[in-house]
Amino acid sequence: MTSDLSAPPRAGTTTAGRGSSPRPPFGVSAVSVLAVLIALFSLVPLGYVAYMTVATGWDTAVGLILRPRVGELLLNTLLLMAATIPLCLLLGVAGAWLVERTRLRGHRVWAVLLAAPLAVPAFVNSYAWVSAIPSLGGLGSGILISTLSYFPLVYIPAAATLSRLDPAIEQSAAALGLGAWRTFFRVVLPQLRIALTGGALLVGLHLLAEYGAFAMIRFDTFTTAIMTQYQSTFNGAAGNMLASVLVFFCLLLLLAEVRSRGSARYARIGAGVQAKALRLPLHAYQIAAQIFLLALTALAFGLPLYFVLRWILVSGADVWTASEFLPALVATFSYGLAGAAATTVVAFPMAYLAVRHPGWFSKSLELSNYVTSSMPGIVVALAFVTVSIRMVPGMYQTAGLLVAAYVLLFLPRALVNLRAGLAQAPKELDEAAQALGKPPLLAFIRVTLRLTAPAAAGGAALVFLAIANELTATLLLSPNGTRTLATEFWSKSSEIDYAGAAPYALLMIVLSAPMTYLLFQQSKKVAGQ
Amino acid sequence: MKIRNSALVSIALAATAALGLTACGGGTPAGGTSSSASNGAASGGITVYNAQHESLTKEWVDAFTAETGIKVTMRQGSDTELSNQIIQEGQASPADVFLTENSPAMTQVENAGLFADVNKDTLAQVPAEFAPSTGKWTGIAARSTVLVYNKTKLTEDQLPKSMLDLAKPEWKGKWAASPTGADFQAIVSALLELKGESATEEWLKGMKENSKAYKGNSTAMKAVNAGEVDAALIYHYYYYGDQAKTGENSNNVTPYYFKNQDPGAFLSVSGGGVLKSSKNAAAAQEFLKFITGKKGQEVLKNGTSFEYAIGSDVPANDKLVPIKDLQAPKVDAAKLNSEKVTDLMTQAGLL
Repeated sequence: MTSDLSAPPRAGTTTAGRGSSPRPPFGVSAVSVLAVLIALFSLVPLGYVAYMTVATGWDTAVGLILRPRVGELLLNTLLLMAATIPLCLLLGVAGAWLVERTRLRGHRVWAVLLAAPLAVPAFVNSYAWVSAIPSLGGLGSGILISTLSYFPLVYIPAAATLSRLDPAIEQSAAALGLGAWRTFFRVVLPQLRIALTGGALLVGLHLLAEYGAFAMIRFDTFTTAIMTQYQSTFNGAAGNMLASVLVFFCLLLLLAEVRSRGSARYARIGAGVQAKALRLPLHAYQIAAQIFLLALTALAFGLPLYFVLRWILVSGADVWTASEFLPALVATFSYGLAGAAATTVVAFPMAYLAVRHPGWFSKSLELSNYVTSSMPGIVVALAFVTVSIRMVPGMYQTAGLLVAAYVLLFLPRALVNLRAGLAQAPKELDEAAQALGKPPLLAFIRVTLRLTAPAAAGGAALVFLAIANELTATLLLSPNGTRTLATEFWSKSSEIDYAGAAPYALLMIVLSAPMTYLLFQQSKKVAGQ
Repeated sequence: MKIRNSALVSIALAATAALGLTACGGGTPAGGTSSSASNGAASGGITVYNAQHESLTKEWVDAFTAETGIKVTMRQGSDTELSNQIIQEGQASPADVFLTENSPAMTQVENAGLFADVNKDTLAQVPAEFAPSTGKWTGIAARSTVLVYNKTKLTEDQLPKSMLDLAKPEWKGKWAASPTGADFQAIVSALLELKGESATEEWLKGMKENSKAYKGNSTAMKAVNAGEVDAALIYHYYYYGDQAKTGENSNNVTPYYFKNQDPGAFLSVSGGGVLKSSKNAAAAQEFLKFITGKKGQEVLKNGTSFEYAIGSDVPANDKLVPIKDLQAPKVDAAKLNSEKVTDLMTQAGLL
């Protein structure tokens, strides 16, 4: 590894003022302070779970954790992750590679269609599948629905990275005699590492936190069981013990991600314009590829859309006359915007430290945020309810508190994107601007912030999507009388009023579609530079 | 063009940054020193924490607001979720009225000392058997336990004599319930009150062994209708409600009443109460009086909820089996204990 000038001083360095860098990097201390504050705030829910675990008492805690029910949930959750994450990686990378690197017919259309399932909330997907096959239930169905819902989380970053990889490396590999397959596995795939580990982490976190989709198909994970406990006891000891096991799970997932992400740098430096990537001919595989993509998008996007529209046709015009649509739409839209903006801003210091000043410090800050966001909305919301009633009653059941919960829950979505964007913005440009006489702050804004903007917008879009579909935290924390599309949909569909729920499902998809498109466009824009 | 575009994006980003920071500042604990506009103290209106079916309470609310002009805000949740929330909120609770599907959650709030006395003229509208002796809350409707079964899979002579029989080995894999719901937990609390702790534990163990868990009574009934499972232990009105609509989730289903004062014939009382901490207690009492009064109870008789009317001498919906024919066991609603029940169900591995 080359020596990183901006790394924090090693333990041996005695005087803090004389860092290892000849010129202290711009605003690192201010950014660090901000990031630490955010991280501390984000640890409130974790602290709550820990506090409740301790308050429960050792014997009771052990009794509640070491019981057969926890074993069942453990097995369910483990099998779900073990099957779904690899499937998402496989589908996501295969799709991205076909769209970006082959002479696939209609690749522009396919590129959009493969991102489209992201506009369908997982619980709407579940609802559609249950409409198609009413007896659906259990692990297999859980894997099916979550794979179809979450593979775009891998596909989008993978496609964006593939399209902006410098083909020169591949050409060199080819020139040195590597075949197409070996080039892919030995040259291309390693460069997708940030995108893939990030995507896999997001899928994993979704699997840990998902509630609605699994509840509808009677598949129990820790999160559905916590929600069950919550509805029975609000914040009983058993629910909190389940939450502590879940947090432990998440830590394992994060450690795995950190290990596999590695520490290589991926920014391209060098003179000249990046060459356009070459597209491989598909020849006889053209039809197979088309069938594969058709099947995938039909199952992940076509089927839910078909059933939502079918229910709407069945129910006729009556359901649309209800007066609840507009308020729910407005509430969803405003919370989505406010939450996306706040989350992106809060994610920036973290992403900046992670990319420009990697080390144990920035890594632990980042990890603390991931821990919180991996906890299901219900746990975070519960912590917020309890803490705000006791410490800041004025905040209880306000929009501000709900937005703050959204920020904690969805920070990684913004962070993963921002981090990738920052990693692609060579810091040498920033330094060059400073060398040319720009003050550091201005250089940062004019160079780095601008180069990162598309990634930031992409992250914000992801957060908006997540908020538009969020259910459990919204149920608990929203101000009295507030209903969102997601809560209305859930209340109807859990009373098996599938027809009444359909319009809300459609509105959620319609609202999510432009954001998904923006996300897709932004990833292309990064590629187009 | 491209450059201008990305410049625009960064301006937009900076703008959202400023916006987000102020929003975030309000969200941190440090920023909450001076509380922003209080959310609970709505002038004139009341807030109802509603665990009853949303559509039923909405009918009540609309009729009440039309008559009195008092605005009602609803917060939706499940029985014990909201009861525990009210207890956590304590004096700071924004709730004025609490409505439930079953009574154990009411008892919980009562035991926490958070209910005000229900007005005398409201209590006068409800027969004593549907209200606790303490007068801290009142019954507002009732629901009967029922076993719905699939006509093509079971014949009448195969049905169990008692709900307790469902724990026997011959019922393995044959019946469903929604153990996570307050409805089912109320049935278990009645069992606990009628038969004691060890019998309840035993029965729950058998249930874990034999039953399939669904989320919600309607979903369980839908599964019976589709033949996924033979029978389900739910409340009566899910069947009648579906029959009144399209019947698509219940046409293969028949309700079976245990009667004979069996635990399975339990008649569960839905409760309503006014919170001590209410800032608009008069309007809150008014609301409770309205729903237990003639007009409120007629919503039950004529509406689509198919729950039993219990007050103001309003008879049940014609489609239902009359209350007196249900032969329900006598259970004092004030004695039903939800905490013990969730503990027992957690121990049995159902929660």
